[in-house]
Amino acid sequence: MRKWGLLAAALGLTLAACGGGTTTTADGEAAPAGGGRLDVVKERGQLVCGVDGGIPGFSFVDESGTYTGLDVDICKAVAAAVLGDAEAVEYRRLDSTERFTALSGGEVDMLSRNTTWTISRDTSVGLEFAPTTFFDGQGMLVRADSGIADLEDFAGKAICVETGTTTELNLTDQMRQLGVDFEPVVFQDADAAYAAYDEGRCEGMTSDKSQLVARRSTLPNPDEHTLLEVTMSKEPLGPVTTNNDSGWYDVVKWVTYGLIQAEEFGITSENIATFEATDNPDIARFLGQEGTLGTDMGLPNDFMVQVITQVGNYGEVYERNVGADSEFALERGQNALWTEGGLMYSPPFR
Amino acid sequence: MTSVTPDSVSSARPDVLALGPVAWAKKNLFSDWFNSLLTILIVGIFGWGIFRLVLWALTVAQWQVIPNNFGLFMSGTFPSQLYTRIWAILAIICGLAGLSWGVLGRNVSTLFSRNVLIGLGAVCAFIVLFPPTRPNSLQLLPMVALVAGGAAAGRQIGRKFPGVGKWISLSWFLSYFVALWLLGGGLGLTKVSTNDWGGLVLTLFTAVSGIVLCFPLGLLLALGRRSALPVVRLLSTAYIELVRGVPLVAFLFMGQVMIPLFLPIGSRPDRILRAVIALALFSAAYLAENVRAGLQAVPRGQREAAMSLGLNTPTTLGLIILPQALKIAIPAIVGQFISLFQDTTLLSIVGLAELLGIGKSILANPAYLGRYAEVYLFLAVIYWFFCYAMSLASRKIEEKLNTEH
Repeated sequence: MRKWGLLAAALGLTLAACGGGTTTTADGEAAPAGGGRLDVVKERGQLVCGVDGGIPGFSFVDESGTYTGLDVDICKAVAAAVLGDAEAVEYRRLDSTERFTALSGGEVDMLSRNTTWTISRDTSVGLEFAPTTFFDGQGMLVRADSGIADLEDFAGKAICVETGTTTELNLTDQMRQLGVDFEPVVFQDADAAYAAYDEGRCEGMTSDKSQLVARRSTLPNPDEHTLLEVTMSKEPLGPVTTNNDSGWYDVVKWVTYGLIQAEEFGITSENIATFEATDNPDIARFLGQEGTLGTDMGLPNDFMVQVITQVGNYGEVYERNVGADSEFALERGQNALWTEGGLMYSPPFR
Repeated sequence: MTSVTPDSVSSARPDVLALGPVAWAKKNLFSDWFNSLLTILIVGIFGWGIFRLVLWALTVAQWQVIPNNFGLFMSGTFPSQLYTRIWAILAIICGLAGLSWGVLGRNVSTLFSRNVLIGLGAVCAFIVLFPPTRPNSLQLLPMVALVAGGAAAGRQIGRKFPGVGKWISLSWFLSYFVALWLLGGGLGLTKVSTNDWGGLVLTLFTAVSGIVLCFPLGLLLALGRRSALPVVRLLSTAYIELVRGVPLVAFLFMGQVMIPLFLPIGSRPDRILRAVIALALFSAAYLAENVRAGLQAVPRGQREAAMSLGLNTPTTLGLIILPQALKIAIPAIVGQFISLFQDTTLLSIVGLAELLGIGKSILANPAYLGRYAEVYLFLAVIYWFFCYAMSLASRKIEEKLNTEH
């Protein structure tokens, strides 16, 4: 009988120890009446940010055990703006299937996880999309010496694609529209698809351009492969918050815009000190030296100073993670500022 | 039971051994042309496969990804300045393992037999010659010494105090909570969010917690399913059949994604706790069936004999039925534990950075893009090591408990 008692006590103790000992950050706070997620984050002193954790260039864990990537830097920027500390972030790894439930259930404050902005997600799923931080699109990778220059050249040829993705649907739609009869070779797993392409089972490999470029660098001879000019779909990726919390959505939205605006102003993490006594009223307002742009939003007035010193402007974030300073050396392309022919455009900070 | 005299067995043996390797091969592998062909074919296929694997491992593979990320593989994003706490846990486990080994082997004539010494030497040589990360790998040598020292001490203690086995079980039990404290912090230690638990530490933690929790639950369910009380029987059966009809991934998703929707915002249990509970609830149903198989294998006469001796139901169960039933069910139960250990890989799909999950993250590092084969092979070796250790332990327990000759 004593044994059973011990067993029961063990059971209880284990549960209590797990539960009591480990219910730490992120949980246990009730949303204050009237206030929104912003107050919750401030009170907690930490931002809970949903990331993927396994996308090259966007979110991964480096050797020292810290999360790195473009998506991660957006989390850091928001944390720097709200809490003044870019490191006050707890990263939650979310699968693509659970990300929206985790967001609407309040598990995470925001998503920064390669999420494509679509109308159904914005309306029926009940999300708010902050400005796009990376304009992606479906591309096609081919061998440089294959002589394929356009989608029409794929008549009778094989294309590797991951099954069950929008990529597969886009491909068949495009090809049907063009009237090209091709042979799709579908794979459950991205690794298997790239391996098959590498072995020559297909003439082309299709996926998001950023992923194709990342994967190309892993192929034995990256220079022998080239991306076609064609873009088969629009994939604007950006941070996401839930509906019905405008205050918090505004914060995430304007911090993201702030990154872009900082690049437009030419303010970087290195030269920001030189803007301390600026004559330009726009920049003075932007950096919180004049006006109340920050405090109107419930943030410190110098929130953009914190963001830029700790994270940098959009250009720095881009170059560091996926651009010239990274292994991928992705061109800015659509992700350049509007003044340089790209799509990155921030409404005025006024 | 009467034991068979060993003469009949041992007389047959020398003939086989006397054959010698060449004759043995001729008799068993090349007895006729068809067997010879099969042998050559199979040896050829295996040989070629192993040759290609070794060739790849030595020439093509780039193993830098393993040592550079060794800390991540072992403990995920656990803060590196607190690694001493992980080492402390390892030291406790090693010391206790040594003690248990010594106590269990107190009646064996030589604890450090030649094979064991060779094994220990091989482990030390492996640590010195094949360093995953040089500064840390040498810290493993004291761990080996701890196991050996613990064994020697345990043997002495075990001989002096025969009843010490109970205390060893208790200290294993307590060590679980000490480990939990060292991992999570609090009570004077820096707190570490469970979000930073990862890698092998998280895999082992979820597996051990799952096993510890699912065993009593499975036992109760098995007893419940055979109970004479209709409500208990019905509920147990319903639970077992319901859980066995749902895939584990669905269970984990339920725990990670659905549960928070039902609870008020204030009360949201920790993610790892949720995963452990889901694993335990799932495995309990399978374990219950394994235990039930053992219960059914115990002859009716045993219960009737116990009853006629005047034992009541709990004592009959605890002293007569369960010891026999569990002994029969050991292989199946350990099999269930091994599969639970492997099932922890599914946690990577629900976003926990256990061994496989952290592997995925490391593979996304631009510096190690495309190192899939190396990383997954390394993970496979780790999983194999633990699963094989468990099955080895189960075989030892079976031998020890085997009262039939």
